[in-house]
Formats: sequence, C-alpha cells, structure tokens
Amino acid sequence: MGYELKMRVWRGDASGGSLGDYAVEVSEGEVVLDALHRLQATQTGDLAIRWNCKAGKCGSCSAEINGKPRLLCMTRLSDFDPAETITVTPMRAYPVIRDLVTDVSYNYEKARELPGVELGPRDADGKRRMMQVDVERGQEFRKCIECFLCQNTCHVTRDHEDNKPAFAGPRFFLRYAELDMHPLDTLDRRDTVRETAGLGLCNITKCCTEVCPEGIKITDNAIIPMKERVVDRKYDPLVWLGNKIGLRNKDNEGRAAT
Amino acid sequence: MTTGVDGPGRAQIEERTLRTDRWWLTPLATFIVFSGFVVFATVRAFMGRDYFAEPYLSPFYSPCLGDCVEGASDFGQPFSWWPLSAALIILIFPLGFRMTCYYYRKAYYRAFWLSPPACAVAEPHSAYSGETRFPLLVQNLHRYFWYAAIVVGLILTFDVVLAFRPMPDEYAVGDGETSGVHMGLGTLLMAVNVALIWLYTLSCHSCRHIVGGRLRHFSKHPVRYKLWTWVSKLNASHPRYAWYSLFSVAVVDFYIYLLATDVIDDLRFF
Repeated sequence: MGYELKMRVWRGDASGGSLGDYAVEVSEGEVVLDALHRLQATQTGDLAIRWNCKAGKCGSCSAEINGKPRLLCMTRLSDFDPAETITVTPMRAYPVIRDLVTDVSYNYEKARELPGVELGPRDADGKRRMMQVDVERGQEFRKCIECFLCQNTCHVTRDHEDNKPAFAGPRFFLRYAELDMHPLDTLDRRDTVRETAGLGLCNITKCCTEVCPEGIKITDNAIIPMKERVVDRKYDPLVWLGNKIGLRNKDNEGRAAT
Repeated sequence: MTTGVDGPGRAQIEERTLRTDRWWLTPLATFIVFSGFVVFATVRAFMGRDYFAEPYLSPFYSPCLGDCVEGASDFGQPFSWWPLSAALIILIFPLGFRMTCYYYRKAYYRAFWLSPPACAVAEPHSAYSGETRFPLLVQNLHRYFWYAAIVVGLILTFDVVLAFRPMPDEYAVGDGETSGVHMGLGTLLMAVNVALIWLYTLSCHSCRHIVGGRLRHFSKHPVRYKLWTWVSKLNASHPRYAWYSLFSVAVVDFYIYLLATDVIDDLRFF
C-alpha cells in the first residue's frame, strides 16, 4: 500500500541553506531513511546523508525529524499520518557539512579528554575477577551506540556554543559513570567529571534520556549517580570532616587516593 | 541568540523548533499547578490559624513548635517566642527537600526558567552556567534535606496515629462515640498522604545513592545491594510520587481548614 509522502528536507551547507519541498513514493513498512534514499535515487542525486547499518546499531543516521532528534533508520513512516508533511533537518547542535550531514568531531575530542580504565593488579593466578552482579550494573551503559542524539539535544551546548569547551555531555557522563562504578577500576574520576567534564552545567532536564534510541536511563542511572558521587567528594561536609580527621577512609572504595 | 541553534556554522533554520507536537503543554501544566500550589501553601503557611481540628493537625504545621493552639503541639513549643506563623519554622525542610529534588528541578527548570522549555526547543537565555554557581550550587545539599525529610515523615506518621484518637465530647455526633479508637475521613486522608510522602521520600535519588548507589562493589554489600534494588524500583516512579504527594498535602491541609472553620463536619467512619 504505497502512497506519496510529502517531505521537507534541509539542503545546504555552512554558508546557507533552506528547507526544500519534495514528494516521494513510499511503501508500507518503510522508515524515514528509506524515503530519503528513494528521494536521493530519483530526484536529488546529490543529497548528503550519513548512514550505515539501517538497523539502529551504528548510530550514523542521527538527524531531526519534525524537530525531534531521532535515528532516520528507526523512525517508521507508520508513526505519521500519510497526509502529514515530514520535515527532516540535520542535527542542530553541530556545524553542518552538507545537507543532513554534520561535523560531530566535538564528541571525539571530548572522548579523548576522558581518563580511560585503570585496572588494579591481577589476582595471584594472573586473572581478574568480577562478580556477576557488578558486571550487570554497567551493561546498560554499554548499549550506547554513540549516535550523539543525547549530545545534540542537550541544551547546555545546543543553545550555548560557548559551553562546548567546558562540557563533555551526557554520552560521556555515561562513560564516567560506567568507569566509576567499575569494581576493578582504581582511578578517582569525581574531580575530573566536575572540573574537566563540567557535570555541574547539567541541570538534569532529562532530554538526553528522552531521545536515547537505546532507552538508556542516562539521567537516572548515570548523571544523577555521578552528581551524588561528586557531592560525596566535594560538597558533603560530613565526608570532608571524616576524611580530614581520619575517621573515614572507605570513601575511595578501591580508588587511588587523589 | 547567536551562540545556539542560530549560531555560525549550524544549519540555517529560522524556527527555534520544528516540533509539531504540543511540546508546550507539559511545561504549561506544570507552571500552572506548581504556581497554584505555591500560592495556596504560602497563604496557608502565613495564615497562622485554622490548622488544627482535633485530632487532625495540618501537615504544613507539623510539628507545631511555635505559639500553637491548644492540643496541636505534640513536641512542645520551643519556639513559642516566634512572632509569625508556626508553619514558617518547619516548612523550610519539606520545601528545601522538594526544591532540591532531582525531579522537581527538571520540572521547574523547564516550566519556570524555560531552560529548556522542552527538548530540542531553543531556550530564550543568552548565557547559561547550570548548577555551577551560587545559588544553584546549593542543589548539591539535597541529601541533607532528605535526612530532614525522614524526620518529617516520621512526625507525619505519628500525626496519623494521633488522628485515630478518640474525639473529645464537643465533636461527638452520636451517642457513645467519644470512647475508643476514632477514624474519620480526615484520618484516611492523612494516612493516604503519609503513605504518598513516604513513597516520595524513599524513592528519592539521594536515598538511592545513600543506601547502595555509592558503592563500587555490590557483591561485597549484599544487604545494601538489595536495598538499592528496592529503592531503584521506587525511584522509577519518583515523579509520580512527587505529584501525588504534592496534591495529598494540599488536600489534607484544605480539609482540616474546612473543619477548623466549621464549614464542614468530619465524616466519621467509627
């Protein structure tokens, strides 16, 4: 049961651009990326789209559909009324390269700033051991496909370009949380996540969680726990006093002293 | 705005959002309801009267530590010199707990400060420093308000127990009703309210962190891990409990106000 889909697609580059109106034949069961591919094949041979797996696992085809940050390949046309015009634009937090393709280098720069895992010594038999319950805790965070939709939606940098140097963004708070909850990691990242990654800039308005195509509870399970860990480290006067007078030394939980 | 979605290098799109759904509805509803509650709570807190209808004490005035009416102060009156309403002595604790709550922060940053009004809708501010500076740095004290909220919860639970007290003679509406245990609609409302307040308090993100979330090794702390899993389940409904308990506090207070001003009589079950 095909029909003619009305689309508005942003075309242009850093020097300027606009929304163009198109009509394209689509079929039952198709997604927005299918419609864009048909548009590319039949009408706009030079339309630039970044895509790879078409299965919601590579995180390449991030864009904004009717103003909402989504994966082009995971947005079904059946979610829309056939009479509705679907508007597709590139992610609006990043410099546009061309059409629907943006320059997401910011995210790779932030990834490089993040201290990697620092494992402690191996057990006597040369192995490292983790209990299943500790392994399971980080599994949710490892579902991240790095589509950067959370990074794109976060108003801290989306609406304030000047915050980019000081703010790592939700995707990397997820990584900080994963490492800080890792039972074998020895590095204390609580100062880094506050000072270098700018965790304090986040005002937990949960847009990252709303747009995550993997359904990761970024705010509840990563950002807020990291904020609480920073409070342990920086803003809890009882912990500070306990550490100062030597009454408390469990706070590091296997982390190297800093 | 020149540094946000309209900034140089970004795709040139005039609209601050291209969202076609009713994204403004949730922040608008939040704004209206929260504003209504703030007005109601402020008026009631400053009134300094009609907060006690034996055996019911309004949650806005509990514990009543100021110069309260007879029978309302179950913990004495250490602040009897306080010239203003007794509610103002203790309301800082529940107010602080809710103001620094991770859910309420999300709700009022969106609805009142429009930062952002909704996801992928450009905010109107030209600068943004988040929670890195005073006064928003104070949000980091949420866990202290949580400790206070536990005490408040215990006191409100005690109030519910007291709400089962026999009614004094002048409130009797039938023969022999002043002896034994009493239960009225007020008791029921207070019990429901305290249940919702406990659900809200125990589903708090700071509670989740304190009971076990702060650990790196769940496997070494099985009891705390179990507590963490329970709190995590409650935590998923934290926003719902935040709303329900907000309404229930207001309903209980208003019911007691109506009783205290003789507008209605308590509906007695036994």
